[in-house]
Amino acid sequence: MTGNEEQDCFHCGLPVPKNSAYFVEINNKAQSMCCPGCEAVAKAIVDGGLTSFYEHRTEISPTARAALPDVLDQLTLYDKPELQKTFVSVDDKNIKQASLILEGIVCAACVWLNERHISALKGVVEFRVNYSTHRARVRWDDSQIKLSDILQAISAIGYLAHPFDSGRQEAVYKKERSAALKRLAVAGLGAVQVMMLAVALYAGDYSGMDAGLENFMRWVSMFIATPVVFYSAKSFFSSAWRDLKAHQLGMDVPVSLAIGLAYAASSWATVYQSGQVYFDSVTMFTFFLLAGRFLEMGARQKAGQAAEELVKLLPAMATRVTSQGDETVTVSELSCGDKVRVKPGDSIPADGVIIEGRSSINESLLTGESHPLGKTINEKVIGGTVNIESPLLIEVQKVGEDTVLASIQRLLDRAQVEKPSIAKMADRVAAYFVAFLLVLVSAVAAWWWQHDPDQAFWIAISLLVVTCPCALSLATPAAMTAATGSLTRLGVLTTRGHALETLANVTHIVFDKTGTLTKGQLALESTCLVSDLSEQQSLNIAAALELGSEHPVAKVFFQNASIKNSFTAKEIQAIPGQGVSGLIGDVRYRLGCAAYVADVFDADKINLNKTQHATEIFLANDEELLAVFFLSDQLREQALESVQALKKLGKKVWLVSGDNEAAVVHVAGQLDILNTRHSMKPEDKLEVIHELQQQGAVVAMIGDGVNDAPVLAAAQVSIAMGGGTQLAQASADMVLLSEHLPHLVDAVKMAKRSINIVRQNLGWALAYNLLALPLASMGYIAPWMAAIGMSASSLVVVLNALRLNKSVDI
Amino acid sequence: MEILYILIPLGLLVLGVAIWGFLWAVRTGQFDDMEGPAHRILMDDDDIRIPSRNPEKKSEK
Repeated sequence: MTGNEEQDCFHCGLPVPKNSAYFVEINNKAQSMCCPGCEAVAKAIVDGGLTSFYEHRTEISPTARAALPDVLDQLTLYDKPELQKTFVSVDDKNIKQASLILEGIVCAACVWLNERHISALKGVVEFRVNYSTHRARVRWDDSQIKLSDILQAISAIGYLAHPFDSGRQEAVYKKERSAALKRLAVAGLGAVQVMMLAVALYAGDYSGMDAGLENFMRWVSMFIATPVVFYSAKSFFSSAWRDLKAHQLGMDVPVSLAIGLAYAASSWATVYQSGQVYFDSVTMFTFFLLAGRFLEMGARQKAGQAAEELVKLLPAMATRVTSQGDETVTVSELSCGDKVRVKPGDSIPADGVIIEGRSSINESLLTGESHPLGKTINEKVIGGTVNIESPLLIEVQKVGEDTVLASIQRLLDRAQVEKPSIAKMADRVAAYFVAFLLVLVSAVAAWWWQHDPDQAFWIAISLLVVTCPCALSLATPAAMTAATGSLTRLGVLTTRGHALETLANVTHIVFDKTGTLTKGQLALESTCLVSDLSEQQSLNIAAALELGSEHPVAKVFFQNASIKNSFTAKEIQAIPGQGVSGLIGDVRYRLGCAAYVADVFDADKINLNKTQHATEIFLANDEELLAVFFLSDQLREQALESVQALKKLGKKVWLVSGDNEAAVVHVAGQLDILNTRHSMKPEDKLEVIHELQQQGAVVAMIGDGVNDAPVLAAAQVSIAMGGGTQLAQASADMVLLSEHLPHLVDAVKMAKRSINIVRQNLGWALAYNLLALPLASMGYIAPWMAAIGMSASSLVVVLNALRLNKSVDI
Repeated sequence: MEILYILIPLGLLVLGVAIWGFLWAVRTGQFDDMEGPAHRILMDDDDIRIPSRNPEKKSEK
């Protein structure tokens, strides 16, 4: 099945099939491509004069999907004013602006390619891609170019753009970020200045300093520290106040106490020219804390955005049939009793019943069953499933909350609520620690008040600063953020904070089959030739017969037929669920299932080396059987290596699938997986997971499809394939955007490594606090030493975590 | 050491300018994309300009 000569597609890096005839000339050298999709994309790039994309890119591009004319037609829906209302803002008379989510951005060269290609279009005023968020902002002149043209141009070079409602959340994020940056800047610049003066003041303490000058420097320090405390540190005060009002003790309570008291006392000392000033400690402390918070916020927002992307896509369209004719409406506008027309290749917008037409429906979304089911009048269809063959007229019976899809979503929500939250526990521990700290500080202050009232206040401040559980609270998030970052660069997105932590402790890895271990689409496995036709000839005939068909089987033949197919078929007739027939020359050929060619199919004569997992498609003319094609769902690249690597790491690998026994056993055999379950409904899968969990297993579930969503949520950690259904991604803890199984192995290794780092960090932070606590209580540590000690311990923790940022060649 | 009475306020002035500059940068979105521009500068369009000088020849042979 794989080519003998190891050649990889120049565009996407997948192995090139051995009979591939797809080439594009790039820099005067013919480069082979794996599929027509990649060929078309590479050609568009070369024709646009953008070949240097291939020199600059640092990651292999994702495989291009051949854009179907139907999909391109759908893009024109985005030109409708009633739909544009939701996501387009009008700048000027004709100048409009929209936000797009770009799929397929893997490296900076992709950004360059998109910007060059789109900006060159006539009528595009501005096109900017944000590399960090994979979002684009486009401004265009509506009198010169349509939005759908822009979207088409993006898909021509192999990326997918979805308009989305950038809405409030985006604006909130941006505001939060700018505010944090401003606070950080004021605190950082202020801290530097105050520290400079502090050095002079300390030096003056030893070698003597003019009293006037000293006083002047104190006043200047106070002048700089004031905005740092009242502007930069404001967020600590307000959050501490919020905590206190809710009768809780957060990290911000001791922080606010330390900053507030130290500032007040230092100001008092400045005004009355007595005692010590510690403005340097105040500003430095504020700055380091803000820096930590800022990094944490960045990671949080990034995760939030990724999840949001999947939910925020615009609602799908539906064609409503009314007495005035057909009209296109959004799905949310549908109500019960409406009649909707569903074209082949479209998904069914809501639950309903077929009132006209017959077709096959792909329900893999809900059942995991990879082969389409035939449905006809009066049969029920489920919203979200895909109509494959011929147009259907459907009467809507349930919408919104009542649909099957919505109930799965509810199941999912419940399962998510059940999940134990490690974050909450960490908060509770921190609260106890803070309470302990406050009691301890009061006790120490009281003791010193008895013995040395002059020192008492500053010792209390030192103690508050030095024991600030910053390193302790940074230990985990810093490591997790760094690990998440380097995994994201690999194409593994972490959407939940606990995912890595749990993944490191996973004992069982449960795979779904279709779309996870396999590609989830049919491909030609082998051909059994019965007559004297060659394999290529029979494939070409089959492709000619299937021309114009949307059936997944048809795509297989298109991919395998020669580019210049000399056969053309006339009078093509399709019988849903059976097959197609057509005239080529003056011979009538038939292509379909066994029953469809039964009159010439003699099972005794042709000894089919029957591989049960494969779908058989027969090609016959009126006299005899010509060829049998075996189609099956292909394994993903390097699936075997990945499974072996996971086993080597000591994980138990399970295969749990909704497919039939033969298909599951076949895949399990190829991958050497011993624990398999087949014909599982979502409830059964859930049961399997619960059973494993009761035996004490920590389960990672890898799947796709909506049917997997509740199962994904039940597993301790869930991973969705990037190509999987939106819902599954939204509910998964991690998303394998690259759809490259070895990256899963990397993720497991990375998780283990980051847990090690977290342990080191926690150990260090605890040791530091245990050491500093008695020293500070005994009065050996001045506030400036405390601030440096606290910062240094945080710095060590962060630097240790940053080691995870290095490439994942573990 | 009297010079310090002038130098320190001068330093404060510079600090003010620095803070203003930073706030300006935040306001104008210089920090929106922290990764892209670093790569973007490396991918200049030198070779693209060559064909645009003589538009009838699209690919350089």
